[in-house]
Amino acid sequence: MASQAPAKRARQTERVRSDGTHEGFLRHRNFLWLKIGAALSAFCLIVYLLVDVTPRHNGGSWLGYALGTIGVLLILWLTALGYRKRKMTRGAWSLKAWTSAHVYLGLSLIVIGTLHTGFQLGWNVHTLAWVLMMLVILSGIYGISVYATLPQQMSFNRDQVTETQMLASLREVDRQLHDAAQPLSQHHAALVRESLEQDVFGGGLWQRLSGSSRNCATRRVHRTIRQETGAKADTGNDPLERVDGLLERKLATLSRVRRHLRYKAMLEVWLYVHIPATFALIAALTAHVISVFFYW
Amino acid sequence: MNRLTESCRIAIVGSGPAGLSAAARAAQLGLSHVLIEKTDHLSDTIYKYQKGKHVMATPSQLVLRSDLDFDAGKREAILGLWDEQVAGAGVTVRHNAEVLSIEGTGEPIAGSVMKIVTRKRDGTSETSEIQRRAPPYRLKLSDGSEIVADAVILAIGTQGNPNLMRCAGADLPHVQYQLDDPKEYIDEHIVVVGTGDAGIENALGLAEDAEQRNVVTIVNRGMEFATAKGANVKALLAARDAGRVNIQFNSETKAIEPGWITFTTRDGEERIRCDRVIARMGSAPPRGFVESCGIEFTSGDRLAFPRLSPVFESTAPGIFVIGALAGYPLIKHCMNQGYDVVEFVNGNASLKPADEPILEAKFKDLPGRRDVAEWLDYLRSGITILEGMNPLQMREFMLDSTVRAYRRGEVIFERNEPGSSLFAIADGSVSVQVNPDDPSITVPIGKGSIFGEVGLISGRKRGATIVAAEDAICVEISRTAALKLQSSVPAAKRAIERISTERQLLQMFGSGLTSADLTEVLDTARIEQVSAGKTVIDEGDEGTDILVIRQGSMVVEKQIGGKPVFLNYLPAGSYVGEMAVIAGGKRTASVRAAIKSEVIRIDGPTFRKLLDAKPQLLAKASADMAERQNLNAFVESKKDSFSNVVDMYSNVANFLIENGIGEATDVLLIDENLCVGCDNCEKACADSHEGLSRLDREAGRTYAHLHVPTSCRHCEHPHCMADCPPNAIHRGPDGEVFINDTCIGCGNCQRNCPYGVIRMDAVPPKKPGLLSWLLFGKGPGPGEPSKKWSYANAEPGVEKAKKAIKCDMCSGIEGGPACVRACPTGAAIRVSPEKFLSIARLERESA
Ligand SMILES: Cc1cc2nc3c(=O)[nH]c(=O)nc-3n(C[C@H](O)[C@H](O)[C@H](O)COP(=O)(O)OP(=O)(O)OC[C@H]3O[C@@H](n4cnc5c(N)ncnc54)[C@H](O)[C@@H]3O)c2cc1C
Ligand code: HEM
Ligand code: SF4
Ligand code: SF4
Repeated sequence: MASQAPAKRARQTERVRSDGTHEGFLRHRNFLWLKIGAALSAFCLIVYLLVDVTPRHNGGSWLGYALGTIGVLLILWLTALGYRKRKMTRGAWSLKAWTSAHVYLGLSLIVIGTLHTGFQLGWNVHTLAWVLMMLVILSGIYGISVYATLPQQMSFNRDQVTETQMLASLREVDRQLHDAAQPLSQHHAALVRESLEQDVFGGGLWQRLSGSSRNCATRRVHRTIRQETGAKADTGNDPLERVDGLLERKLATLSRVRRHLRYKAMLEVWLYVHIPATFALIAALTAHVISVFFYW
Repeated sequence: MNRLTESCRIAIVGSGPAGLSAAARAAQLGLSHVLIEKTDHLSDTIYKYQKGKHVMATPSQLVLRSDLDFDAGKREAILGLWDEQVAGAGVTVRHNAEVLSIEGTGEPIAGSVMKIVTRKRDGTSETSEIQRRAPPYRLKLSDGSEIVADAVILAIGTQGNPNLMRCAGADLPHVQYQLDDPKEYIDEHIVVVGTGDAGIENALGLAEDAEQRNVVTIVNRGMEFATAKGANVKALLAARDAGRVNIQFNSETKAIEPGWITFTTRDGEERIRCDRVIARMGSAPPRGFVESCGIEFTSGDRLAFPRLSPVFESTAPGIFVIGALAGYPLIKHCMNQGYDVVEFVNGNASLKPADEPILEAKFKDLPGRRDVAEWLDYLRSGITILEGMNPLQMREFMLDSTVRAYRRGEVIFERNEPGSSLFAIADGSVSVQVNPDDPSITVPIGKGSIFGEVGLISGRKRGATIVAAEDAICVEISRTAALKLQSSVPAAKRAIERISTERQLLQMFGSGLTSADLTEVLDTARIEQVSAGKTVIDEGDEGTDILVIRQGSMVVEKQIGGKPVFLNYLPAGSYVGEMAVIAGGKRTASVRAAIKSEVIRIDGPTFRKLLDAKPQLLAKASADMAERQNLNAFVESKKDSFSNVVDMYSNVANFLIENGIGEATDVLLIDENLCVGCDNCEKACADSHEGLSRLDREAGRTYAHLHVPTSCRHCEHPHCMADCPPNAIHRGPDGEVFINDTCIGCGNCQRNCPYGVIRMDAVPPKKPGLLSWLLFGKGPGPGEPSKKWSYANAEPGVEKAKKAIKCDMCSGIEGGPACVRACPTGAAIRVSPEKFLSIARLERESA
């Protein structure tokens, strides 16, 4: 009854296996691409060590050409991930498999690319290409480190609330603050206005990444008002007490929003290095290849 | 006759498309008539559509036969055209006149007594009787006048009347029962009464835009929101927490005055500001009124329609019923019937129904030359469950069904195919391949009988392959038609139940049983409805009944260390309770319904007798039991050493069941340990489906990092299918529930889906290709384009209709669901519940 043979027209999409497990991109198919990447690197290293190139290893030997060709092809293929990710064609491909292969084959480039140089680094366009490659790879390593750790924290912080809902509740507190500030003195009302006019999303990338609230107007205003309300007993109908409470709520919401935006930014920001550096790499690579063939 | 009494030949009640078309025909034929409408405008149902709604004219093969014109177009244009044509045709209309009662004024009709059963809230019922009288009929109207007519055409639709407020001041002008445009009101204190979906949606709509500065309060009689969808309740509570809406709990309205409203609450009375009351307390279906006119329904079922003759005449002679009330919810059907019924009343006996060509097309490929009427009669007399139908019902039935001839040896359906339709054999016979490993073992099913009922009842995949044993003609009865059939022909319902129970038992226990062996067991078997969450077996109880899950699903739990621990998930088609019968002793675990379910209860001792007589069956049942005992022992042992893991496993299982996984066949889950929030799943969904995403990744509930996004669960018995006028929602070959092109955008499915996964939207304009975006930044890029972009790039002058949009599991797209394929991290997964809830999960986690 419960266990039935797969339907004849069943889909080819990877489904959760019958034991309820599923694997993330790093573990994909039991680390298949890690194994392939490692084998490829090991193979290149062994050949490198066994083959005797005179006077010394360099990019121009037959081995250097071979490694260089593998490297260029790999880089072009790695770059294609950006296209694959966005092109929703039919067919039994999975972006998870692509990412998995991308990560491990990308890492193997450390070995392949470096061996290709024969450790002949200098101040030239060839080394520039290598440096850019390493930059892309390092940013990639940072990328998977955040991919591995931040999602849980983001999920926990979000606590079933969507970003739209967070922002809506922020607007709502503001509206209530605005109403609650009506009976206040001019001085207090000005304080509240300061909080209302605060641009939550201002402050630039750095602030977003650090999640810092150092310059937060709401926090300052809340502190000032708290100094006055703190000493008084809360009678329940003092408008300033109400504003105090609302500011506190706003601060709590703000800190959740900030944390959310911070996680999101951290999950994305490395791509702003990874992708432009990829294009710089391809440009440098082109220059490198052309100069090798025409001016060597 | 007093001054206020008017008399005429035909009184037409209700000015929807059905009534209007009837009145226009009567005017055209020069018959004295009056069209009575309770509101101050024509066609209230259509009048109440959303502004600018694109009205659709389906089914397209059906020709329109009416004196009024109708074609797809904007609501306003259609209503405008009808107003004009009705005036031009010289139709006599009485607006603002609700018909309160219809009584015969002639002699009492001998032996014609109408029994009306009224069900009360507490479950008891009361029966009253009405003696029918011959025409002419007297219609009492709400404006105090009366109309006497020889024939009455009842075309009041199915909307019914909104339940009214009963407190003091309920008749004040600022108390309204409808909210057309929430944007219309600003700076008001508004009280919404009623916490069903309509009330909650209205309250949220009014409070949505802070700029409107409305103070919105919603009144709840108790503390719970039992009648509203989870998503709506959540949105409401969130709005309350955000300070946008006030919820007045445990309150009833006591009085309404201009500017104020008073509630009775537990803590006494409370009076708050109130400029407007919007009462959304549901509506009473028109059935009560219709029955009081002497019109009988086909059964007590909620889905039943009035019993009608081929010329739409009801059981009250001279009262005719047409339109949605008669079970034809599409505008074109309504209009055609309006025309036809007046022709019939006027004595035209030779008129062929307008749906004739559609039926002709259905029968055209069948062997043997018969015309439509002959075919209908042939099917009705050849198939046992159709015997109780009249020709009109047969026509309607065939519109929703298909009939096909099969050659000997041809496969009708295969094991494990999804399918919820029922098949009936009109000619020939079929054989069932009961053993998947050996197709030569078959069981025959003969002419007149049915098959495929398991799919119909449980919504699960087909249990066996069925092949035509000789040349055969079979009718495939869609789920909708089968449900209608069961509600209109009680004998058919009983027959289907008996056959399905017998076959389910045979299939489940296999082991060489024949139907003869089961006779005694079947006689004790009872079908029971179980509401969601109700326990059918309590741990520690005495009792030996066996329960077979016929529909829905169950959860098995055991108290371990003072906490209920989830042991097993049982889908429809499984049975429980065997341990007590075989091994004796008390119940060792509790079983409760995960969702609304149906079980077959089999008497324990009778089953024991069967076991004793059939050693093979005993062996099989004992093997099943041993397997379950091992499972229980395993969980118990784990509980000692891995208490947390077991608790977690139980909690996750319960969380998933609360979120509808218990009735799902295939659901998208997101592992928030892996989701980086890139929304590539949503983008992929949009790009695979004309630019609209059918999934909201971020919304939805999460437990232990397992997130159930807002996306279709492809329910076993999809709620969305319940009330779709063009019957556009179907189950596809891979089990997906999908909506086809005939959707008219009425939004019923959206309201009926408890998980809020259906959206109403128009297809956005086509985007430039991916490369031109990547290279030149042309177009909005991957994913669903913004409303702004769609608006700016819309093809000028072309109006695109909003239709219902939902996940179709990427049906027809090679490679399968795009959301899963496009997830870079493997966070998005699709699961079927019985696999995902299996114990293996626990084994792995505690390993
Ligand atoms: C949102 C929505 C969208 C839809 N879109 C489409 C579409 O695009 N295409 C399509 O084909 N179908 C559509 N439908 C279905 C279609 O509108 C209805 O099935 C159709 O209007 C039914 O027509 P009717 O004449 O039977 O009854 P109705 O149109 O319901 O008319 C009944 C009339 O009777 C009046 N009335 C009721 N009781 C009394 C009484 N006691 N005394 C006097 N008058 C009374 C009512 O005020 C009303 O005017 C849609 C339905 C909905 C809800
Ligand atoms: C020279 C080597 C590499 C090149 C040229 C390269 C290039 C790219 C490109 C073009 C993308 C697409 C980004 C987008 O469009 O969103 C990408 C994504 C990514 N890369 Fe690399 N990459 C390289 C190496 C690496 C390495 C070594 C790692 C990890 C250790 C890595 C990890 C990733 C990850 C995690 C993504 C994001 C996948 C996603 O979220 O869709 N990359 N890379
Ligand atoms: S759309 Fe239909 S099948 Fe999908 S979840 Fe809603 S009710 Fe179930
Ligand atoms: S594509 Fe995967 S990682 Fe991205 S949002 Fe969707 S589920 Fe999360």
